[in-house]
Amino acid sequence: MAFERDLNLEATELRLGLPGTQESRSNKRSLPDMNIVDDQGHRSGSSRVISNASDATKSEEETTPPSKTQVVGWPPIRSYRKNSLQAKKSEAEASGIYVKVSMDGAPYLRKIHLNIYNDYPELLKALEDMFKFKVGEYSESEGYNGSEFVPTYEDKDGDWMLVGDVPWEMFITSCKRLRVMKGSEARGLGCAV
Amino acid sequence: MESESKRKKESPNTAELAVTASFPDEVLEIVLSLLTSHRDRSSVSLVCKDWYRAERWSRTQVFIGNCYSVSPEILTRRFPNIRSVTLKGKPRFSDFNLVPPNWGADIHAWLVAFAAKYPFLEELRLKRMAVSDESLEFLASNFPNFKLLSLLSCDGFSTDGLAAIATHCKNLTELDIQENGIEDSSGSWLSCFPESFTSLEVLNFANLTSEVNTDALERLVSRCKSLKVLKVNKSISLEQLQRLLVRAPQLEELGTGSFLQDLTARPYADLESAFNNCKNIHTLSGLWEAVPLYLPALYNSCANLTFLNLSYTALQSGEFAKLVVHCPRLRRLWVLDTVEDKGLEAVGSNCPLLEELRVFPADPFDEEIIHGVTEEGFVAVSFGCRRLHYVLYFCRQMTNAAVATIVQNCPNFTHFRLCIMTPGLPDYLTNEPMDEAFGAVVKTCSKLQRLSVSGLLTDLTFEYIGKYAKNLETLSVAFAGRSDRGMQCVLEGCPKLRKLEIRDCPFGNEALLSGLEKYESMRSLWMSACNVTMNACRRLAKQMPRLNVEVMKEDGSDDSQADKVYIYRTVAGPRRDAPPSVLTL
Repeated sequence: MAFERDLNLEATELRLGLPGTQESRSNKRSLPDMNIVDDQGHRSGSSRVISNASDATKSEEETTPPSKTQVVGWPPIRSYRKNSLQAKKSEAEASGIYVKVSMDGAPYLRKIHLNIYNDYPELLKALEDMFKFKVGEYSESEGYNGSEFVPTYEDKDGDWMLVGDVPWEMFITSCKRLRVMKGSEARGLGCAV
Repeated sequence: MESESKRKKESPNTAELAVTASFPDEVLEIVLSLLTSHRDRSSVSLVCKDWYRAERWSRTQVFIGNCYSVSPEILTRRFPNIRSVTLKGKPRFSDFNLVPPNWGADIHAWLVAFAAKYPFLEELRLKRMAVSDESLEFLASNFPNFKLLSLLSCDGFSTDGLAAIATHCKNLTELDIQENGIEDSSGSWLSCFPESFTSLEVLNFANLTSEVNTDALERLVSRCKSLKVLKVNKSISLEQLQRLLVRAPQLEELGTGSFLQDLTARPYADLESAFNNCKNIHTLSGLWEAVPLYLPALYNSCANLTFLNLSYTALQSGEFAKLVVHCPRLRRLWVLDTVEDKGLEAVGSNCPLLEELRVFPADPFDEEIIHGVTEEGFVAVSFGCRRLHYVLYFCRQMTNAAVATIVQNCPNFTHFRLCIMTPGLPDYLTNEPMDEAFGAVVKTCSKLQRLSVSGLLTDLTFEYIGKYAKNLETLSVAFAGRSDRGMQCVLEGCPKLRKLEIRDCPFGNEALLSGLEKYESMRSLWMSACNVTMNACRRLAKQMPRLNVEVMKEDGSDDSQADKVYIYRTVAGPRRDAPPSVLTL
């Protein structure tokens, strides 16, 4: 199984403080270091959904080397368009404008332009519409209550944070990708810090 | 009568009146010169010797779909008065990196022959040819009447070659540089158009990356009063675009540069007014990095749009839907799959005249699967756009039922290119092969000329194709079929088949050798990663001397396997410019 191959042992390291926190950071309600895995295993696409532990660094590179599941010349897209898309992708992702959004249990990811939203309520509403779920009530001390869905994001430092904790302007410049967590993993975040 | 028909033709304009019951040659030539279709001309030339002769003297345009099917010598010998040449070179799969570099299709030998025999050449349109800077310089210096250069998917040249064209072609009306693999070292080529040069009607440099001198561009646009098509590259900003539009309100086709810039209220108003003043724009493209904020500047222009190309613009469904509401006259639409099914629903609701739809994937190579479009979007378009006849659709899932519905709504498909991006994917609802989907397409769409299949397919798909697709000319197959029978059905059943391209299918020697005579009626056959052996290819080559059988070997592969095979008919014999990795049998 893909995710077992890429277990991040740091996550289980014994330390003081919550996993993923470091002494030098403050005011971050951060989440355990996670690898993005599709634990549902999409049917015939499963071999192509690989843990993206290394993906975070890829946005700096111009082109990603083909993974072993990629076939030469497939899908049939002209080289010009392919190169143009890859250049664009690294530009857009590097500037953080266009980010991936995943939801636990959904087979496909989405991508959104962060800067078409003006504030958190607009963003959350868009996510709710996109994935057909509802977030709970947000409070600074308790996080999201009343729903098994919790919106989180990965910031520039690679930490996973709760959406809503930092001012909006800071959020859109530091957010690299979004993940809507679900279920037991999410419940543990309600009472952090 | 006898002497009339044996009359020598030094000059086609000899005014010798014939006192006969048949057409004098020059009358025949005038009549034939009204024929523009290449196929009609081919038919005419086969009627009798007189007609053959009259046709060859009166032909001014020639289209060569495979540059190796004929030689420059044979061409120039037959047609003495050519002004316009269209040449296509490499096999289409070279677009997807399946053809080795230096494969061939070099234009230079042709240009040398043209310089000698067609010094008054005016137009050259090249697709998938190898073109060097030296060749472009040669072209610029040897053809004083040269007017039109169109390069699509070519490679081997740099912006230096373009500088030569701009500098020397005093009568140039069209320069169209699209999707080429070129070395783009500098935008200074654009500044090479002399100040006295005013004849340009079409300028397309959208796919080049270097910055051009915007003052030079502005002056060029100002003095070329007949400019109808202007497609600029990403380096041109919104503000610069506005200045160009003000100088060319007569434009009919526009490719914008980057649509991303911090515009304050006044420049935005200027932009909107510049667009409003261009009342003739019917084609719009570019819109690189379009920010939804500035799209409303286009809304008034969109009312007359017939072709909108957003295939380099990542718009989401909401923004796209708002735009498409303003495009009721759209006939052709190219988009990225970021617009999703919701965006396509908006197309179905707002564009009843749509004839062509192309949906490209924005993230085809991502390791994670990004949503894109599904069968729902395609179905929604089919309900709203009954005139749809050309589709290219990249998606991640499809069902047989959806395709059946689509062709029921739109039975007039001439081009149906469906790419389900995961190879061998079945109908995701029933888990069955996609045979019935393509069966429905060929049964319902009797005018189908071009078909690309995908998904999990058995031989049944090909039985359907052979049985029903009687007008099919081009077929593309990948990761499909179960046995030789599949390919045989197509070869036996499709009378108008011209191009067959196959990759990664279990078709072998029996299938290959079942098509012997058939290949002479086709332009070409491509088979890669199938089960064809070198021996079978040798047998084919031996039995069919008028076919070129070329095998591209890959490093480290089994000697007896023919990894990539390219077979085409030719009157020019085996080619002599093949690189070492290409074996001509």
